Amino acid sequence: MKAFSQLLDRLTYTPARNAKLLLMRNYFLSTPDPDRGLALAALTDGVPMDFPLRRVLSGIGESRFDPALFRMSRDDVGDTAETVALIWPDADAQGDAPRLSEIAEALSKAGRGGHAALLTQWLDRLDATGRWALLKFLSGAPRVGVSGRLAKQAVADAFGKTVDEIEELWHGISPPYTELFAWLENRAERPSFSLTPVFRPLMLAHALEEEDWQAMDPTEYSAEWKWDGIRIQVAARGGVTRLFSRTGDDIGQSFPELVDHFRFDAVLDGELLVVRNGEVAPFADLQQRLNRKSVTRAMLTKYPVHVRFYDALEISGEDLRMLPFTMRRERLEAWHRQHGPAHSDLSEVLGFASKDEMKARWEATRAGGIEGLMLKRRNSPYLAGRPKGHWYKWKRAALTADCVLLYAQKGSGKRSSFYSDYTFGAWTQKDGQPFLVPVGKAYSGFTDEELARLDRFVRQNTIDRFGPVRSVTPRLVLEVAFDAIQQSARHKSGIAMRFPRISRIRWDKPAVEADTLETLKALMSSVR
Amino acid sequence: MASPPFESWLRPGSSGLYCAPGDFFIDPPGPVPRAVITHGHSDHARAGHAAVLATTDTLVIMRLRLGELGQAQALAYGAPLRVKDVTVTLVPAGHILGSAQIVIDYNGQRAVVSGDYKRHADPTCDPFELVACDLFVTEATFGLPVYRHESDAAEVQKLLASLRDFPERTHQIGVYGLGKCQRLVKLIRQAGYDRPIWLHGALRTMTDYYVSRGLDLGEVPSAADAPGKLAGEIVLSPPSALGDRWSRRFADPLAGFASGWMRIRGRVRQRGVELPLIISDHCDWPELLRTVIETGASEVWVTHGREEALVHELSKRQITARALRLVGREDDAE
Repeated sequence: MKAFSQLLDRLTYTPARNAKLLLMRNYFLSTPDPDRGLALAALTDGVPMDFPLRRVLSGIGESRFDPALFRMSRDDVGDTAETVALIWPDADAQGDAPRLSEIAEALSKAGRGGHAALLTQWLDRLDATGRWALLKFLSGAPRVGVSGRLAKQAVADAFGKTVDEIEELWHGISPPYTELFAWLENRAERPSFSLTPVFRPLMLAHALEEEDWQAMDPTEYSAEWKWDGIRIQVAARGGVTRLFSRTGDDIGQSFPELVDHFRFDAVLDGELLVVRNGEVAPFADLQQRLNRKSVTRAMLTKYPVHVRFYDALEISGEDLRMLPFTMRRERLEAWHRQHGPAHSDLSEVLGFASKDEMKARWEATRAGGIEGLMLKRRNSPYLAGRPKGHWYKWKRAALTADCVLLYAQKGSGKRSSFYSDYTFGAWTQKDGQPFLVPVGKAYSGFTDEELARLDRFVRQNTIDRFGPVRSVTPRLVLEVAFDAIQQSARHKSGIAMRFPRISRIRWDKPAVEADTLETLKALMSSVR
Repeated sequence: MASPPFESWLRPGSSGLYCAPGDFFIDPPGPVPRAVITHGHSDHARAGHAAVLATTDTLVIMRLRLGELGQAQALAYGAPLRVKDVTVTLVPAGHILGSAQIVIDYNGQRAVVSGDYKRHADPTCDPFELVACDLFVTEATFGLPVYRHESDAAEVQKLLASLRDFPERTHQIGVYGLGKCQRLVKLIRQAGYDRPIWLHGALRTMTDYYVSRGLDLGEVPSAADAPGKLAGEIVLSPPSALGDRWSRRFADPLAGFASGWMRIRGRVRQRGVELPLIISDHCDWPELLRTVIETGASEVWVTHGREEALVHELSKRQITARALRLVGREDDAE
């Protein structure tokens, strides 16, 4: 518990990815089983806890402490669990701190009434950081700024494996992952699962750069539309169906209708979309369905989901990943003709006779309300990760607008001393006067030299401060590039920019010549 | 026989605490004819008084920070001084160099105005001395049971461990310039660290004064004169210089902050601190209670901080307690 609490404590305060990896790596290397596996579970999928933490804590808080002092402390600290951890008296002689495994085991045996007594005796054996970490652990999923993927990366780094190798096993193993660590330490064979569907690491695309385009031989490539949904891997076998996100999270419970219909033996790659009457709905519709633990009948009818498949990794137990793309595609088409379940279809392969025609297809994407093109090399195998020279995403050309810098805020990490996050506005009218309304926020698209100059501009033109935010004299024009403008009820301007970034800094341009809100809204209608 | 109420001769008001039979104010927030000052922090020691009474160290610190004082009178610890109808004695408060509790004897009653004080050992100033009294006037910066300061040696070990884990990064620690800075340097030295500890320019004057008073702090050069980016070195600066332009000269600076507030995670995050060091120059909750009880005071006045909780706790213990809510005290100067 001591090592775990130190790990959590330091992770919460450490912003840098590499530093987090170092801390976790050291922990996994120096902590014995089964404790490290429980820690890994806590940092990834969470440990399912049958422990009514909130109820037990408030019971203990009221009975052990002066209620007035506890309330005042809670108001000062801002978090009940942390308040209990801090206010709890330090025992004169701390006993051995409980191990994570001891905690997990005791919980599995504890009856309903035993929780408070267990928690009390553990708290008595810990210091303040230990008590805080214990309560985090009992909450099931401590939020300490670590993604499940990063924790798996740390395990992989510690034992000289790739994170993909961990991902492939992940859904077949369970806490405390002793067979995983046994394999990692060369004490046992790699765990194998023939009966359960597991996640296969995805093949990802690079953004198409100008030089890629110049060097491209169109006969070597196949093209598809780039769909505006989320990437999904459907893995089904032995009557069990799992839906994985691109990072390997099992998202099946949000989409029961897919799990019900997808009864087959295959691992397929595709795009999850909301489709009504054959028409793909905007991404915002799909967002209504994401991250839901339970789904109402109304949601099912209002936002019907659909998977558009574009690749096959495995069919009937046969691993297809080493076959060229064109052959995998043939197998996928044949499979879909025979089994094609409801709520699914195939991503169309686009024909083109020349590079010019390919380009014309791309140029037509914006008018067609399509995000762009995917270009896939015909003879490429299905490779995990983002290998160079195989798959390209070719996003439609960005829209741009000239906006005026209004507010700036410091970044984090290497940018923590720089004002690097910019809020910008467009002109509108308020009470008959010209007025700049905020339309978006961006923190990328500029070089380090430009950042230094922008930072100086912000400091020299500050007119007000609101906490960490500086408001500046509205006189610098930023050319902002973005993928689309969408309607938004949450923003004062009524619009939201998708993927905004700074494309140019117009030191030369007077603010009065910046674009108006009306101009931006017109871009919205032209994009369907 | 009932004694007259303390308010008949010691009055809290908007100009601070006024001792009528002695005709002086204690730590007044604005200029007054006659002031007695507990210690040199700027929320207690202000400019512009016609006459000031304090320890020699406090007077020197005030001159260094505020320029020339009016009529200044130094009083050594433990030496009673007749001031009109009262006797004033200054007693070490253990807060910073020169800090004093002001003991006032009047008509058989004794009041102790403690200023800011702590009971934790501090190698840079005289330790707190307990004075039995009838009225004890205390601060309550950390007046909640969640505030219990950790052992300062253990906190310094956290800093040294981080230097081992991240030897390529400059460890920039925010400290207040008077007291905390010099104490932290000394604590780091006591942990056996003998490399130079680099200082921001704003920390220079007070540090030089502590050294001139005989405190051995080892090598404490100015960061402005540093040859390189100080990777793997310790740099101390005012908290305001954390994560700002001044820190860009360093190697991937790792921001630390030495303060009692670092016990609360929300405050650590709010400040963007990566390495919180819980080192305080104030009492924590157990020390506050212990001190109040040990003085034997029948009545306690709480000047500033989390006074509501302390008043509540003392009332439960049958001690008359009252919150003064004095203006001008800064919670944050820790």
